[in-house]
Amino acid sequence: MEPVPRRPSWTWSGDLVTMRPAPGLAVGPDRPVDVLIVGGGPAGLAAAVELRRHLATVAVVERERSLGGIPRHTRHSGYGLRDLHRVMSGPEYAERYATLAERASVQLHVSTTATDWSPDGGIVTTSPSGIVRWAPRAVLLATGCRERPRAARLVPGDRPSGVLTTGSLQQFADLFHLPVGARAVVVGAEHVSFSAIHTLTAHGVAVAAVVTDQPRTQTYAVLRTLTAARHRVPVYTSTDVVAVHGTERVSAVELADRRSGAHWSIACDTVVFTGGWVPDYELARRRPVAMAGPHPSVDQWLRTSSPGVFAAGNLVHAAETADVAALGGRQAARSIARYLADGSWPGPGIDIVPSDPILWAQPSRLTSNSERPTRGRLLMRVGRFLGPGTLELMQAGHVLHAAYHWRLVPNRSISVASASLAAADLGGGPVALVWHARR
Amino acid sequence: MRPTAARSGYDVAVIGAGVVGVAIARELSCYELRTIVLEACSDVGTGTTKANTAIRHTGFDAKPGSLEAALLRRAYPLLTDYAARTGIPLETPGALLVAWNAEQLARLDALATQATENGVGDVHPVAVDELYAREPRLGPGALGGLAIAGEGIMCPFTTPLAFATEALTNGVRIALDAPVRSIQDSGGDYAISTPRGPVQARWVVNAAGLYSDFIDRLMGHDRFTVRPRRGQLIVFDKLARPLVSSILLPVPTAVSKGVLVAPTVFGNVLLGPTAEEVDDRSATETTADGLADLMAKGRSILPALLDEEVTATYAGLRAATEHADYQIHCDTAQRYVCVGGIRSTGLSASMGIAAYVVELLADAGLRLRRAASHHGVHMPPVGESQLRRFRDTQAIATNPAYGEIVCHCERVTRGELVGALEAPLAPRTIDGLRRRTRAGLGRCQGFYCSAAIMSLLDERGARAVDGTRAAPTELDVVR
Repeated sequence: MEPVPRRPSWTWSGDLVTMRPAPGLAVGPDRPVDVLIVGGGPAGLAAAVELRRHLATVAVVERERSLGGIPRHTRHSGYGLRDLHRVMSGPEYAERYATLAERASVQLHVSTTATDWSPDGGIVTTSPSGIVRWAPRAVLLATGCRERPRAARLVPGDRPSGVLTTGSLQQFADLFHLPVGARAVVVGAEHVSFSAIHTLTAHGVAVAAVVTDQPRTQTYAVLRTLTAARHRVPVYTSTDVVAVHGTERVSAVELADRRSGAHWSIACDTVVFTGGWVPDYELARRRPVAMAGPHPSVDQWLRTSSPGVFAAGNLVHAAETADVAALGGRQAARSIARYLADGSWPGPGIDIVPSDPILWAQPSRLTSNSERPTRGRLLMRVGRFLGPGTLELMQAGHVLHAAYHWRLVPNRSISVASASLAAADLGGGPVALVWHARR
Repeated sequence: MRPTAARSGYDVAVIGAGVVGVAIARELSCYELRTIVLEACSDVGTGTTKANTAIRHTGFDAKPGSLEAALLRRAYPLLTDYAARTGIPLETPGALLVAWNAEQLARLDALATQATENGVGDVHPVAVDELYAREPRLGPGALGGLAIAGEGIMCPFTTPLAFATEALTNGVRIALDAPVRSIQDSGGDYAISTPRGPVQARWVVNAAGLYSDFIDRLMGHDRFTVRPRRGQLIVFDKLARPLVSSILLPVPTAVSKGVLVAPTVFGNVLLGPTAEEVDDRSATETTADGLADLMAKGRSILPALLDEEVTATYAGLRAATEHADYQIHCDTAQRYVCVGGIRSTGLSASMGIAAYVVELLADAGLRLRRAASHHGVHMPPVGESQLRRFRDTQAIATNPAYGEIVCHCERVTRGELVGALEAPLAPRTIDGLRRRTRAGLGRCQGFYCSAAIMSLLDERGARAVDGTRAAPTELDVVR
């Protein structure tokens, strides 16, 4: 890659912050490749396979021992619908992409961690075979996202063992076949929370309760109803977890009802904190690229603020389903292919700026009216139950788009057709994404 | 020569394997003595030692003329030298004492004088412009400050582990899960009863921290009562590290050093501690009020900090007493030294305390003869200022497991995990492994790696699944 100027472009806390250089970094000679993809999950692998159709040399570095990302340990079905046009389980889906990447002669490196950027804009990796400095022409960041753990949610109390996230629960149960517990409380009531319930019950763990601070559950009615009927799990809405109790192992969680203020405890040996997605943005911020809230800011073709650096998957929309991440990876691959062909890089464009109660929007920047974003959609999330009301895209006082919504659900994918952005003035100010409740 | 003669007992029993106890044990291991450390918990350094601010204090604000001030001063060069020799992560970014109101500003001169009286050099007033030049992200409203160049940060777990490993390597026995139930003076030797069996020892050193008053009473004294003071702390993400360069201290009060913001040797930023009097000596839970109070203080000290993710929260208890100073007493006739009331400076003062305690023992009649040989130790690098294994080309070439990162947030390699499990003082729980390697203590708190680490523990036969202890190993067996 060409040396990239480091623009003071990081807006996370208002100004540029540079990490101090690590001591003693010893590296070998540069390893050339057209594209280096960081992350071997659905987005990274789908991008790699697509890029090979454009005859680029592609290397994927994956820090885990096997390829496939999160779907490796989500046993339930429903994967592959939008991208592979068939339905399979998470591990099958992970396996499928690993096979496709292998067949496409992608250079695949597992147990290989991208630890930092090299001074000339390449990537430094550590693996059992040593430290390598990659000199790619383009980098795709596809590092995914994770769930916010208990500590980051500032849930007070003791610090016993038995406090998990869905991710660690599924790895314990399905990847490493380790015992989990006997009686669990699940915190959260979105899609992933029901995935956690599925894992727990499949391994003989009783689910004592599902607890959400929202007034209603946020998954599909059919999933919720089936779970309730099959496992008879009580759901407590508008309820906070206010303490975890237990000395060595969890003994109970203390709950508080937001409406009545009542406190009560539920005995359990396991607590699973679900959802609360945090993109794995460390590498992005170490460059640094401009951020849009917790995500790297990307335009409609998944370009970051740093020329030659692209981002896709749940790093830019934490969290969508795996197939949506994979389709984003393919989109990024086409964008990278064009960059490799003509070296063109757009100007900064205009930001798409969400305001409360909208949490984020993706793409978060627009640099062209003609380039269509992934699936022709502007994705977003809201922070609470909304509706009825109107979702509006506005630029300099002009309404570009307005749509009535009877109800918007937090933690659920919401989108607006990107055609509504066609009239945006790329020389104008930012596009505001606002919600107007109907009075 | 280790005395074996007629007596089968130990020369010295040190009660408590916190940083103070193991520092004393390490000092004793330099001499021809049979020493045993009796620890109630299943690892070293699990009480006050593990949950604190990890600040390396100069003692600039200690009470002049106090034992605390003297021992902090004595410890300073000893710890600097020892950390460099053994690889304990220790950095000296210096501290900025920040005054936020006129009253605090007026106290700075007195604090500078106090620092001089305590023999702490390199203390300078800092005008408000310079303060913001040095810490551009400091919250608005600061009026001035005092720079204390010698204040530092250190690893609160590598330190006791280094002391304990060195003691162990040089013949000291460390008995874990061995709380002291009773102490009988059977004329000549003490008979100390523990659930792991009886121990005979001629001399007793009480370094029992939060329980030092209990032990002191078992020895027939009533000199102080431990009044635990809880400190809750919040650790912020490594991405917050560039926000602060020095330790940001508040102006101390009589009760507490106050809430500070400090970098850690692991590259995080720490906010805390609270200071709450609690009755229960095991009340190490965090509270909603405590955390909310810290977040509010953090917002005024360093507003940008709150934009970053929280990595961990925890609470520890300081072994405060009704006395302001350390409670170190030597009872010659009893062949007993009490080391109590080491409230919040134990990590920094431990080597000074150890040297002083061994002098007290010698003055009281313990015969000290330097051991003919003594082995030093070298600890694995876990600090960000050190050459971590994942960045060490040569280490990876020698052992490829140093190139396989298992804990992604803290960049802990399989080689380091295996190394910790095979070390002389191997962990017996996953928490012990975490403290030694930092695995699982990063921002994801085990989302990615906890199962892999547990599986590794299983593989190694340690079977230290959370909550269940592995069988005691040879080193733990009492006599």
